[in-house]
Amino acid sequence: MSLTGEVTKFQKRRAGEVDEGPQTTEYLSITIGNQMFGIPVMQVQDVLRQQNVTRVPLSPPEVAGALNLRGRIVTAINVRCRLGMEDLPAGSKTMAVVVEHEGELYSLIIDRVGDVLSLPNRSFESVPPTLDGVWREIATGIYRLDSQLLVIADISRLLRHSMH
Amino acid sequence: MDDLIVEFLTETNESLAAIDIQLVNLEQNPNDMNLLGSIFRLMHTIKGTCGFLGLPRLETCAHRAENVMGRFRDGSLQVTPAYVTLIFESIDRIKYILGELEANGKEPEGSDADLIEKLDAVYEGRDTAQAPAPAEPAASAEPIDPLQALWDATPGPVGDPFAPGGAGLAAIEAEKALDSGAAAAAAQAAPAPAPVAEAPKPAPVAAAPKPAEDHTAKESAVANQTLRVNVDVLENLMTMVSELVLTRNQLLQIQRTAKGGEFGAPLQRLNHVVSDLQEGVMKTRMQPIGAAWSKLPRIIRDLSNELGKKIELVMEGEETELDRQVLELIKDPLTHMVRNSGDHGIEKPAERAAAGKAEQGKIWLRAFHEGGHIIIQIKDDGKGLNTDRIKQKAVEKGIATAEQLAAMTNKQIHMYIFDAGFSTAEKITSVSGRGVGMDVVRTNIEKIGGTIDLHSEEGKGSTFTIKIPLTLAIVSALIVEVAGERYAIPQLAVQELVLGSEKGENRIEYINGTPVFRLRNHLLPLVTLQKLLKLPDSVPADDVARNASGNRYIVVTKVGDYVFGIIVDRVFDTEEIVVKPLARILQSIELFSGNTILGDGSVIMILDPAGVAKATGEIKVAGADAAKAAAEAQETAREGARTSLLLFTAGDGMPKAVPLALVARLEDVDTKKIEHSGDKMLVQYRGGLMPLLKFSEDMEMHTTLPQPTLVFSDGTRSMGLMVTEIIDIIEDVINVQINSDRPGFLGSSIIRNKATDIIDVGSYLKTAYKDWFKDHGEEDFDREDMKRLRRVLLVDDSPFFRNMLSPLLSVAGYDVTTAENPIRALELQEKGKEFDVIISDIEMPEMSGYEFVEKVRKQQGAWQATPMVALTSHATKNDIERGMALGFTRYVAKFDRDTLLTTLSQTLAEQRNAEKVA
Repeated sequence: MSLTGEVTKFQKRRAGEVDEGPQTTEYLSITIGNQMFGIPVMQVQDVLRQQNVTRVPLSPPEVAGALNLRGRIVTAINVRCRLGMEDLPAGSKTMAVVVEHEGELYSLIIDRVGDVLSLPNRSFESVPPTLDGVWREIATGIYRLDSQLLVIADISRLLRHSMH
Repeated sequence: MDDLIVEFLTETNESLAAIDIQLVNLEQNPNDMNLLGSIFRLMHTIKGTCGFLGLPRLETCAHRAENVMGRFRDGSLQVTPAYVTLIFESIDRIKYILGELEANGKEPEGSDADLIEKLDAVYEGRDTAQAPAPAEPAASAEPIDPLQALWDATPGPVGDPFAPGGAGLAAIEAEKALDSGAAAAAAQAAPAPAPVAEAPKPAPVAAAPKPAEDHTAKESAVANQTLRVNVDVLENLMTMVSELVLTRNQLLQIQRTAKGGEFGAPLQRLNHVVSDLQEGVMKTRMQPIGAAWSKLPRIIRDLSNELGKKIELVMEGEETELDRQVLELIKDPLTHMVRNSGDHGIEKPAERAAAGKAEQGKIWLRAFHEGGHIIIQIKDDGKGLNTDRIKQKAVEKGIATAEQLAAMTNKQIHMYIFDAGFSTAEKITSVSGRGVGMDVVRTNIEKIGGTIDLHSEEGKGSTFTIKIPLTLAIVSALIVEVAGERYAIPQLAVQELVLGSEKGENRIEYINGTPVFRLRNHLLPLVTLQKLLKLPDSVPADDVARNASGNRYIVVTKVGDYVFGIIVDRVFDTEEIVVKPLARILQSIELFSGNTILGDGSVIMILDPAGVAKATGEIKVAGADAAKAAAEAQETAREGARTSLLLFTAGDGMPKAVPLALVARLEDVDTKKIEHSGDKMLVQYRGGLMPLLKFSEDMEMHTTLPQPTLVFSDGTRSMGLMVTEIIDIIEDVINVQINSDRPGFLGSSIIRNKATDIIDVGSYLKTAYKDWFKDHGEEDFDREDMKRLRRVLLVDDSPFFRNMLSPLLSVAGYDVTTAENPIRALELQEKGKEFDVIISDIEMPEMSGYEFVEKVRKQQGAWQATPMVALTSHATKNDIERGMALGFTRYVAKFDRDTLLTTLSQTLAEQRNAEKVA
């Protein structure tokens, strides 16, 4: 559970922005390899096609480079690398999801972007403790969709590791 | 009018406006101590500034009013509407005097005896109001006679607006304002007596706004001409304009390549508008350099008196404007240099006469623009630098040998005065020679991308020339390419570009594989950027031919005194760039100082020449580098101590913070669901009962909204702490500056520039669960030995307790290390870590405290004699005996903060005594 998220929720609630009706959260589904992930749609600023990035020498391995998004410099993160997965073969098309973290923009490079799913808040399963370290760290829960499993990823944890 | 007075007027008018509002609030909430304190402070500031500026009338008024406020504040006088009226009256008088001051440049004639008498009467308790009857004070709090007020407000013979000392334009405008003021006052003259007539009845409040109205028409002309804007707003504007400039450049580039087309004319127009806009926004950040010089005449005057010299300071170009950020940074170096010129440069009158010069020495201070830079010159006609003395000193200090010096020009020798710890002043006067040397001056100037040069002739004087960039926001950079990627090098560091080659005359030579280059009789160390950046060795296709000829570009770069060459593949243009900070994830890369977006929209990294110099092994850069590195090391050391903090408010408005790690959850508790058991509040929570505490007794509970609550829990037990509002989570270093004696607080710290209370969760837990803590007899013990930083190892499996105790112990002055279990702790022992005392929990899953103490005592290790304190929540007599037998020195109940601290200091003192005996 993310306390930071809690605080935002808190402030919203206090400001009177109470979600009416069934408590659901919308997630943007993204695919990396064969796995589907969900990230809270509210955190997504933009979805980009493959972009040219400026390489940043000496940076952590998961930093793919920097790019210009409407005058702001965005740091591109190779999520496959972050999750310890193999890179896609050269020439494969990728997409990117732009998120804001602590006042800075990050572009998460992933394989594909899917639909926005509206999922009830209380019905997700806890993360199996047997999951690999990094995965366990970034996953906040698992949804059993009809066809497959959806891993809810915590953006701030995904990026925090890179900050050391 | 004096700049200081103008500034004072602007500031005071703002303060007064604030006081007006706050006083009205105070009248409604007479017991709001925060409000009282804040009004008191404002009044105090006005008083202080007036005294400083030599405005006796204002000072007296503010001072007497402050006296009365002081009595409100210490509670010896009740705030009543009558008194508030009296304070309003004082404020109106202050406003009136300010208005006159603004119009005429001086305080008006006249006396405030009537007002002062009334204020003093209240202050000394002579007024009738302090008798119990509240209606009485009306008489004493009577506002000044309406006619008198009108008289005060009417301009009358306010003096000639063109009188010397009066600022012409401002005076005229103020007069205009006064005219309308008079009209307004006249209009009000009729209704005014009405409330006065009623005044003897208990309605003094009605009279209160009247004098204020009399003066409102006189709103300060100075205050209206200037507008205070938060610097952040300007910075933001600046950033956006910079973006706009970049976008414009991009458009122009497209236009140039496309040629012709219908966009030509509008683009040109856009181009001009954007240029003007950029200039305008830059101007908002600009301040005349005179602001940094204002103190200098006084300094020179005092200096002349003190040293018995005759010195004249001539200042030219005070109106030259430069970026306020730059201005702040050069203020101190400039002051220092002018002082130096007066102290060391100018001779005593007799000496000057003997040398055939005028008795009065001169110091010139000039500022002017030159090619995108500001040039500041400090010139004196004194004795100039003593070259022999510098030589002697350089040899003494071991900086250079006599042979080296013999080969140098005078100018090169003079430059030594900028080296660290190099002062040629024979004796240290109170004026200069006190540690701040020319080296600091140079470091400060170089920090903002400036340079300093020196020309001195013995017997004739010295000239220092400082060259600084106009602004720090936009810098000129050389764009280079390496392995197909482009990088920017700040132009200021670039000395020249040289074409080297693998063979032929301009040959790059190698010493043990390290490239060097002969540049005009000097050997220039070279670094290959491609290797430095660990880029692949691929050569861009279009450069194959060029490289076959073996030509290499060398960017000759200077950092401090260190000159080196950077080998790059290609050199492009120079470009004006807006430096943007690196993303946090990249900030650890020392070779880059920032990044930017070029005209074509691509992102480019900006090389930090100092970082490159450092990476190539040049450790001593500009002398001050060691200090910088030390500071950085300290910074990183403290980085480790960063803690996530949850900020909230409760009770009073002051922000509070608690380490986030201690908070298990945040909950909204529905106030209707709170149940009461005795005097305790409980709520059903996750199938159990959770005790709830209000943060402070006087905290108001929400009635309709749910109450935000911090839930602390450890294992099965939870408690809720109700607060007023949750603000945010931040990461900061807890640096407790003021320790607190108040229960529930560890102390105060500055977080986000605000004083913030760090709360002591332990004390709340104690209130909620008394049974958690078992008191052992508290022994009084002095804490004198805690002054030294003692190293404490805390072993506890519960992160909650670790997080709880380590700030507590840090606050008490211990150096705390934590371990999550005895196994980790024993690893520390193997690593050779030593501690003065070890605190250990008893019940831990991997290894119990008993086993731990047994191991430590049995092993032949450094810890064998270290005292160990057991920390436990269940301690029966048997347990304690068992622990003591195994080697624990003492037992303390968990969360008994005071006993823990006393026990620690006691244990340490015993240990010390034992050592003494041994």
